[in-house]
Amino acid sequence: MTGSTILELSGISKRFDTQEILTDFNLSVGDGEFFTLLGPSGCGKTTLLRLIAGFDRPDAGQVLLNGVDITALPAERRPVNTVFQSYALFPHMTVYENVSFGLRMAGMDRAEIRERVGEALEIVRLGDLSARRPHQLSGGQKQRVAIARAVVNRPKLLLLDESLSALDLKLRQQMRIELKQLQRRLGITFIYVTHDQEEALSLSDRLLVLNNGNPQQIGTPREVYESPRNLFVARFIGEINVLDARIDEDLGDLNYRAAIQGVSKQIHADVRFEVGDRVHVLLRPEDLRIEYIEDAPSDRNGFIGRVLERNYTGQTLDSLIALDNGLQLTAHEYFNEDDPDFDYTIGQRVWVDWVPGWEHVIPAET
Amino acid sequence: MNFKRLVILLTLGWLGLFVLLPHLLVVLTSLLTADTSHLAVYPFTLESYRRLWAPIYAGVFWHSLWLSGVTTLICLLLGYPFAYLVARMTPGWRNFMLFMMVVPFWTNSLIRTYAIKLILGNKGLVNSLLLATGLVERPVQLLYTEFAVIFGLVYILLPFLVLPLIASFDKLDRNLLEAAHDLGANRWQRFVHVVLPLTMPGVVAGCLIVFLPAMGMFYVSDLLGGAKNLLIGNVIKNQFLLTRDWPFGSAISVGLILIMALLLYLYYLANRRIQRKGGLHDEAL
Repeated sequence: MTGSTILELSGISKRFDTQEILTDFNLSVGDGEFFTLLGPSGCGKTTLLRLIAGFDRPDAGQVLLNGVDITALPAERRPVNTVFQSYALFPHMTVYENVSFGLRMAGMDRAEIRERVGEALEIVRLGDLSARRPHQLSGGQKQRVAIARAVVNRPKLLLLDESLSALDLKLRQQMRIELKQLQRRLGITFIYVTHDQEEALSLSDRLLVLNNGNPQQIGTPREVYESPRNLFVARFIGEINVLDARIDEDLGDLNYRAAIQGVSKQIHADVRFEVGDRVHVLLRPEDLRIEYIEDAPSDRNGFIGRVLERNYTGQTLDSLIALDNGLQLTAHEYFNEDDPDFDYTIGQRVWVDWVPGWEHVIPAET
Repeated sequence: MNFKRLVILLTLGWLGLFVLLPHLLVVLTSLLTADTSHLAVYPFTLESYRRLWAPIYAGVFWHSLWLSGVTTLICLLLGYPFAYLVARMTPGWRNFMLFMMVVPFWTNSLIRTYAIKLILGNKGLVNSLLLATGLVERPVQLLYTEFAVIFGLVYILLPFLVLPLIASFDKLDRNLLEAAHDLGANRWQRFVHVVLPLTMPGVVAGCLIVFLPAMGMFYVSDLLGGAKNLLIGNVIKNQFLLTRDWPFGSAISVGLILIMALLLYLYYLANRRIQRKGGLHDEAL
């Protein structure tokens, strides 16, 4: 987290009817951060956003903004604005009227409104569309109007609820870059809600992975991707291969000898384990290396498997390998410029290995 | 010839024969000269239209307009909050309320108007109650007043205003209210800037469906209003059946149709303002 805390949730609980969505939930977000709430649908991320925006009240706990308790403040009095998933632009107003709505409600004088709205529309590059109505805009333009309508009020926090999910892939990627640039330029704290892990990784300074209302892991995209704390996080963020293992020997400096799927290998962990501990060895598909059997040294100690599937994607060659014990592994390999013939045939037997130290080890989950 | 064509032709034929042709006949008649024994004769003249401006008819016209206007306003004041509440009810309650609104239609409105007569009469339900409780010493004159006519019109026409309004509230995207909330609009501002403009098509449609028939419901004023509270419908009816001045009756009818056209145009404008083609939900996307 950078600098001071702007938002703090402490001890938040929320239930709808009989369903407990959040229980004793705590979170702090730093000033100027691009913070993402990531999780599958129903994980409580939208509930959190609504509590921060003020549309719903928590059953217990406090919402603090800059250290001030705003739990009881209604949405219209919070210095927080939301970009809705469906944009929720007022269909009976022009772009200008939409963007100026918040300022008009606050009773600002016309000249100042004109200046601020002009500025906001300039930021989202829609200056020349101010007389249009929402139905005359494309999806990306509506998205930008929704953003302008929120940031024109200079909120302390900008909440974005799955704001890119209605756009097509290409536009989504472009808006991702724009959003990130916008956040840097404005210096406003963004809290972004999404179920799209790729979006979360590329946008966030920090992200929180949520499941069933429980925080799973909080950290930078790199921490969460490279060192997932548990299987849920590992599997939710990207593809991953999970190999069950047992610690056989402590080699010191967090290095261990472990029996992985019956093969004895040296592994490195981030935390201490005891001999006899059961662990998961996690490997991203891009960490795996596949070699032709005849190329490998004959005294090699490693995994042997059969190529089940090979998939050319342009950038990478993705293979599905079945180890002899039945476990299936996914590998993504970049093409080697020096080896234009590099490919596998289905059914071919290969070695599977990885660069020592690239594995991530977590305690086994039952 | 395929089925689709047949249906379209049949419908067009029906509309032409029973809607377009009678209207043309009314316009034609309104341009003829009145004649008591032959109803309407040549030559063509604008005399009937000129007579529309005669003080006595203008008086009736304005009074009728006023009665309909007040009726519409009362229906709106009662119907708007009611429609808002019904639109927010759970489906079970909502169906129940809609059912309750439709029940009166099972009885002919003429008979229901007679029932109002029984309620409002000097020996009617209301006066009996007032006398029994000692609130008044003498029966209050309710029947044959302006009040009775407006009461009858409101009673009969209220459902016609509520139904389009409920549809309008249904189309109102809850996200828009939350957006307004989020942007700092208080309850009143949300109503004025979001709810009202977006339900305006329903308001105008409802008002049209109340206002126009209200001017023509001659039997309501016949039964409840006495001689002083004429509606345009009464005047038209009298021209055709009593005075036998068909051209003048037709001219009044044409005037009524023109007012209706004007109001429909206003409805079109209100709709265009919020661009409701495929419904608000499509636009929110």
